[in-house]
Amino acid sequence: MMKHSWNRAVTTGIVIWLVASGLLTLPAITWASSIDENLAAIRAVGAEGQGHLSAVVAVKELSKRNSESLIPILKAFDHANPLSTNWLRGAFDAIAERTRNQDQKLPVLELEEFIGESGHSPEARRLAYDWLVKVDRSSSDRLIPGMLKDSSPEFRRDAVQRLIDLAEKSHSEKPSAEAIVLYREALSGAIDDDQVKTIAKALRELGEFVDLQKHFGFLVDWQLIGPFDNSEKKGFDVAYAPELRIDLTAKYPGKLSEVAWERHTTTDEYGILNIAKQTAPHKGSVIYGFSTFELTKPQDVEIRLGTPNAWKLWINGDLLFGRDEYHRGTQLDQYRVKTTLKGGTNSILIKICQNEQTEEWAQDWKFQLRVCDSAGGAILPNPSSITAP
Amino acid sequence: MRTVTIALLAFFEIVSPASSEDWRQFRGTDRTGVSREAGLPLKWSGTENIAWKNALPGRGLSSPIVVEDRVIVTCSSGFRQDRLHVICFDAKEGSKLWERQFTATGRTMTYPTTSNAAPTPCSDGKRIFALYSSNDLVCLDLDGNLMWYRGLTFDHPNASNSLGMASSPVVVGDTLVAQVENDSESLATGVDVDSGISRWTLPRPKRVNWTSAVILPNGSGGEDLVLLQSSEGLVAIQPLSGREIWNYKDGASTIPSSVVSEGVIYVPSHGMTALRPFPEMIHPEVLWQISKLSPATPSPLVYNGRLYCTNGAGLLICSETSNGSEKWRLRLTGPFSSSPIAAGSHLYLFNEQGECHVVKPEDDNGQLVATNSLDEKIQCTPAISNGAIYVRSNGTLWKIASP
Repeated sequence: MMKHSWNRAVTTGIVIWLVASGLLTLPAITWASSIDENLAAIRAVGAEGQGHLSAVVAVKELSKRNSESLIPILKAFDHANPLSTNWLRGAFDAIAERTRNQDQKLPVLELEEFIGESGHSPEARRLAYDWLVKVDRSSSDRLIPGMLKDSSPEFRRDAVQRLIDLAEKSHSEKPSAEAIVLYREALSGAIDDDQVKTIAKALRELGEFVDLQKHFGFLVDWQLIGPFDNSEKKGFDVAYAPELRIDLTAKYPGKLSEVAWERHTTTDEYGILNIAKQTAPHKGSVIYGFSTFELTKPQDVEIRLGTPNAWKLWINGDLLFGRDEYHRGTQLDQYRVKTTLKGGTNSILIKICQNEQTEEWAQDWKFQLRVCDSAGGAILPNPSSITAP
Repeated sequence: MRTVTIALLAFFEIVSPASSEDWRQFRGTDRTGVSREAGLPLKWSGTENIAWKNALPGRGLSSPIVVEDRVIVTCSSGFRQDRLHVICFDAKEGSKLWERQFTATGRTMTYPTTSNAAPTPCSDGKRIFALYSSNDLVCLDLDGNLMWYRGLTFDHPNASNSLGMASSPVVVGDTLVAQVENDSESLATGVDVDSGISRWTLPRPKRVNWTSAVILPNGSGGEDLVLLQSSEGLVAIQPLSGREIWNYKDGASTIPSSVVSEGVIYVPSHGMTALRPFPEMIHPEVLWQISKLSPATPSPLVYNGRLYCTNGAGLLICSETSNGSEKWRLRLTGPFSSSPIAAGSHLYLFNEQGECHVVKPEDDNGQLVATNSLDEKIQCTPAISNGAIYVRSNGTLWKIASP
């Protein structure tokens, strides 16, 4: 497609000539809405284009504002949904980039103050930091060391990496107790598997014990029952008895014979319970897993699950989520489901479905599940409930 | 007076006619992989015919696109690949004009060899539409100002693929069409380019699908149609309404995409199938079908009346478009993820080792003219614009052009 810019080029050239010659003065910008109205329209964006008609106008106007708008935009991230935060981010980056391109100053003191206020949105604080560090490299040395347990995963990652680097330097100079202390401190904040692996390897080489199950917060004790029928993948939608009521003494007709709850524990470091190995490699089958989780008070959590099989998850009897995908890979934290656990005993029921594929790579029947905060740090249950009922 | 002079000079600079050809979508503005330009370099190396190269802040398989002397590319970064980048470079100088970042709202898990920035962005000449494997869909203007943002997995929580998604969106008129096809909540949606609100959403086969839609020009009543490919076949829809016009239901591949040339659609179905749709017909006519002509990952190419496919053994096969009969084959060194492109009587095929095989197709054989290496893994399909080839790896964007 050939480009012909004649009309636009002519118009642009005439305007430039008129302004340059003083025959035309461009008017100052007048805003159709206040910044608060812009931010409110953007925060009202919801699923499936909800709020878009107003937000499209608002973000266009917001993006033209000056650097005085940056902190109000960051504050608008608080309790905004993930869609809205991206709209806000688009406007923030446009303003910040234009400010720098025009050789104007970013509000560095205010940005650093905002970063230090841990009650604000972690995404907003990190965005503020991304721009602060462009103009003040030394800010990373002031801010990152104190962020080992920060609500922002990226801040935590940076803080952990600093400690790993210090520990490696200490260890290379002379293996010592100091390196162990540094690695232990790094581990206390580490939430990303690559960093955890690095630290665990180093500590073990120094003769230290590392409990990865506890570090990640995997649930390792389960009651399992099955197999129930999942021929032609139809069992995914069948509500077998455990979905209706949990009775750990009950027996039910299964796919092959009568089935009952049995206790299983996994010693796998990453909490993987290999159903095929610990029970039998049934095909076209469903197994249910049940465990409990004690908390002293209600808490917002993320249930993070990894499995190559189709699954459903219930918390306290309520179906939280389900996915009917088979053998497309598995990894730590493959699925993340937000929920609120109650104070006291919470029941966790999981349904893991195996299909009938015959390929060698389609034989896994397994899962791992952990409870953590939004950053990925483990939430451990009260000690009294560390074993399955 | 000096100010006026400067303004006049600027005026005459601006009105100089542009002569470059944009490359606005996956495999070009018309989604065929063919450029009408000539004079592209045939040979290059680290020191020859590299106009510029830029480091990229993250990974990606997406192709660069070129819009009005701007080169736009997407990347994903961060431990979880949840940082989404849209970056714009000046095509001539390679300087960065702007960069925008966003945070993924959908699932970012992919197979290790792919990434969240797998789908290629597209443009209608005024807007840029960037889609990611996490099904985040961003619309920016050419200056990087955000126009709207959608999270298609946010909207449809089970619309995802643990292996990653790669279908590139297509824009036709005022509608952006995105395929979000997978084993679970599978759909395609047509989005209004101004507001980002879906005009329509269609259920699609519940099966993973990495193909990208193509455009059938004048497919119905003078109107362009969008062809959606899946494991079930190929369906032609009106982009504005989502209305189905015809449906080829004999199955198709879920990796290499179709290509359209002179009203004939070449679909990777039962090997390769050539379809000719006719107005008012519910099903297109099957012109021919060759089971042995089976493209691997790269999509087929039609150039100067011949069909070119790259199979899993690294063979480039040239066939007659009239009946699919093989004319010649040329062994190249694969594996290939990148689809071939064509310009100036040559084909360009990048393998995963970063080597570009430049082939001059002739009547009875293909001549390997050059093999040029960039020494980095190349999985994207390159773009061609204004005498240059733009190609990216996970860490670098190159402009390959003669000085």
